[in-house]
Amino acid sequence: MSQESTATPRMTAEDLLGILRTCAGVADDIVLDEKALDTDFGSLGYDSIALLEVTANLERTFHVDLDDDAIKASDTPRDVISMINGR
Amino acid sequence: MNRRVVITGIGVMAPGGIGTKEFWELLSDGRTATRRISLFDPAQFRSQVAAEIDFAPEEHGLTAREVRRMDRAAQLAVVAARQALEDSGIDFDRMNPHRTGVTIGSAVGATMGLEEEYRVVSDDGREWLVDHRYSVPHLYGYLVPSSFAAEVAWAVGAEGPVALVSAGCTSGIDSVGHAVELIREGSADVMVAGAADAPISPITAACFDAIKATTPRNDDPEHASRPFDDSRNGFVLGEGAAVLVLEELTAARRRGAHIRAEIAGYATRSNAFHMTGLRPDGKEMAEAIRAALDEARLDAGDVDYVNAHGSGTKQNDRHETAAFKRSLGAHAYEVPISSIKSMIGHSLGAIGSIEIAASALAIENDLVPPTANLRHPDPECDLDYIPITAREWRTETVLTVGSGFGGFQSAMVLTDPDRRDR
Amino acid sequence: MNTSVIVTGFGVTAPNGLGTRDYWSATLAGRSGIDRVSRFDAGRYPSRLAGEVSAFVAADHLPSRLLPQTDHMTRLALVAADLALADANVSSGDADSYGMGVVTASSAGGFEFGQRELQNLWRHGSRHVSAYQSFAWFYAVNTGQISIRHGMRGPSGVVVTDQAGGLDTVAQARRLIRKGTGLVLAGGVDGSICPWGWVAQMAGGRLSRCDDPRLAYLPFDARAAGHVPGEGGAILVLEDAEAAARRGAGPGYGEIAGYGTAFDPRPGSGGAPALPRAMELAVRDAGLSPGDIDVVFADGAAVPALDRIEADAITAMFGAGRVPVTVPKTMTGRLYAGGAALDLATALLCLRDGVIPPTINVTPEAAYGLDLVTRRPRTAPVRTALIVARGEGGFNSAMVVRRPDDE
Repeated sequence: MSQESTATPRMTAEDLLGILRTCAGVADDIVLDEKALDTDFGSLGYDSIALLEVTANLERTFHVDLDDDAIKASDTPRDVISMINGR
Repeated sequence: MNRRVVITGIGVMAPGGIGTKEFWELLSDGRTATRRISLFDPAQFRSQVAAEIDFAPEEHGLTAREVRRMDRAAQLAVVAARQALEDSGIDFDRMNPHRTGVTIGSAVGATMGLEEEYRVVSDDGREWLVDHRYSVPHLYGYLVPSSFAAEVAWAVGAEGPVALVSAGCTSGIDSVGHAVELIREGSADVMVAGAADAPISPITAACFDAIKATTPRNDDPEHASRPFDDSRNGFVLGEGAAVLVLEELTAARRRGAHIRAEIAGYATRSNAFHMTGLRPDGKEMAEAIRAALDEARLDAGDVDYVNAHGSGTKQNDRHETAAFKRSLGAHAYEVPISSIKSMIGHSLGAIGSIEIAASALAIENDLVPPTANLRHPDPECDLDYIPITAREWRTETVLTVGSGFGGFQSAMVLTDPDRRDR
Repeated sequence: MNTSVIVTGFGVTAPNGLGTRDYWSATLAGRSGIDRVSRFDAGRYPSRLAGEVSAFVAADHLPSRLLPQTDHMTRLALVAADLALADANVSSGDADSYGMGVVTASSAGGFEFGQRELQNLWRHGSRHVSAYQSFAWFYAVNTGQISIRHGMRGPSGVVVTDQAGGLDTVAQARRLIRKGTGLVLAGGVDGSICPWGWVAQMAGGRLSRCDDPRLAYLPFDARAAGHVPGEGGAILVLEDAEAAARRGAGPGYGEIAGYGTAFDPRPGSGGAPALPRAMELAVRDAGLSPGDIDVVFADGAAVPALDRIEADAITAMFGAGRVPVTVPKTMTGRLYAGGAALDLATALLCLRDGVIPPTINVTPEAAYGLDLVTRRPRTAPVRTALIVARGEGGFNSAMVVRRPDDE
């Protein structure tokens, strides 16, 4: 059981949208594209467990350590991009 | 005429409490059995604390063959079942096996055995196409956990209705509730009913880590399980089993059985909300509590003690507080409540049956166990959550509740039939 | 005093047909869904055939939010539940949400999901394990997900009794309805067709090693040598007959008239098998005598010793060759917790249409003394059916269903 490590890449909007689609899907009445970047996760239909799955994926993909509640339902995808790239 | 169902035998395998006597002493003393995980190396995990049983199956009369074919949870179930039989004083050789049944609850089945065998056949995860040449004959019994119920049925000689009940963390209440129903409807006269789980394994630890459900308080394992405390930050994984012998009341009285308690009411509801989340209003648990009291023909005010689910997650303890207020009204503020998970951790599907055993013992001893580690109550958990020390308390009626992944909310009401009928 | 409990709808996901119409036409035509395993490369294993629901594309039926958090068999179960409710003409919100419950059978939970996460853990480390693993794998997952999807807040549960589970859940649903819950979804949809599930199933020693789909699963045949595993099953809508009538649901497919369960004596104890007792209890519970039963849907283990026990139980109860017997699972393989639920749905279709589906590929061994319906469906006036199911370890269950107009 070993942790892999490589250099940290920068995250693009498409990276995040792709991770959201893979880890949590897309709610029926939502179009998940660049226009959704300023809508909060709760309104996009993501619950706490979906956000935990996304958080874990971000930690692995971008080699960051995030707090338990780093991503809240009231945050937007753009908040997360700034947070990851601001580290 | 309704058939009433009573507990006439109890067997318990709990952390820090092998056997009913040791178990009750631990609870009465308010001691904790939580510690740093020893069953595997927890170094890479977020939560490294658990409530483990120091269990050597061969010391409890299991043969080498039984040990080999049974997962740890099944072993605990069989040992607890044998204790319960002995405690009941029933001469099982003279029982009608066709009228004797078994229900065993388990949330995660043979998860330990499955993970150990998985490591072998997959070469520690290297192979997706796992190698059947390294598998063991009893692997099928690990795959399908109805094998636990079969093992207990073999151990006690039951040939009536036999089943494993699996409703996540309410399994231990639902299994006993199911058994009660089978006696009431006349499908069985004696049920050996309980639950077992032994989930302290890397895969369980990892999946609870992933949703931050277990506590990361690794620097203070003895005080890591803190239900209703303001500083609580997750549950402590536990393991164990409890098995009860249930009989119809008049038959039990006729044979002069030592009646420990009556199971007077049981109900379960689903929150139909979220696989792991809880709605803060506690509506469905309140509904289960009301339905269980109705079935017992008792009022909220009759409840002398509440054995809470009290897992020690932020979410659960507030949800449950809301449910008690909603279902018990003003009495919620008066009745003593505690969570024994503060001492023996949360053994998933097993804990419901262990808590039924504790509830019966509270009735028998007129003593209610405390919530260990409760030093600074969460202001939102503003009920009488008996801190630190057990309380001598006239206890005729107990409400015990559970809440589980999948949305299950279950409640059971136990009474003292002798005092009630007087 | 006992409420009459009827089936007002069901949904089928079977290897030879997704949805009742496709399944029933395939079954009457004797079309099998058994073929080589496609979901992984089974070439290295001694058993290589399975009944897969190959027509199933989850994304065509379910919201994408549900896909990352569900195992394949849970997706099948969700679709079966959707189909069942549509068939019964029930929509969420029709009834008091506390008046609707869900009871499903499980054998191994979401085992493929579990294998993936075990691999993530042991190959990559604990932080690679999915947040969904905590509930996607466990046995209660289908009940939980179905109750959430349809807002059912009444009493719910999960029964694990190996391959007898499909009947035991329906019995539990009947119990709940008699205690006052108006509607309960019950049954089982199951499957562990992944390498880890495959190896664990093979360990049970009952899988056929034959490579020819026509010869691999032959219950009551002299060539019987184990079964082919499959995936799928059925979810049924059970209701209080009076409540169903009040909402204008009609008489439904049939009544759950009788149920019995019995457990075998400890292996090696020399006691008699409990299967006859389960069958007798079911017939008696229905208030019938053996002569009233028009067809038996047999368990059909295709293990000679077990076929012998079942054939003896049938001939002891009915007399040799006195009742038609069939094993439509010869077209699907054994679906574990889903198998008996699918047999129950099939029996209800048989009552509806007066036609007994065939047991395919089998040349009956005469010594069993069974009137096995082989090759072609048989037209017959069918008022009642007895369904038999067994699970490894000693589980035996039986259920009697009765046509709605039959009193």
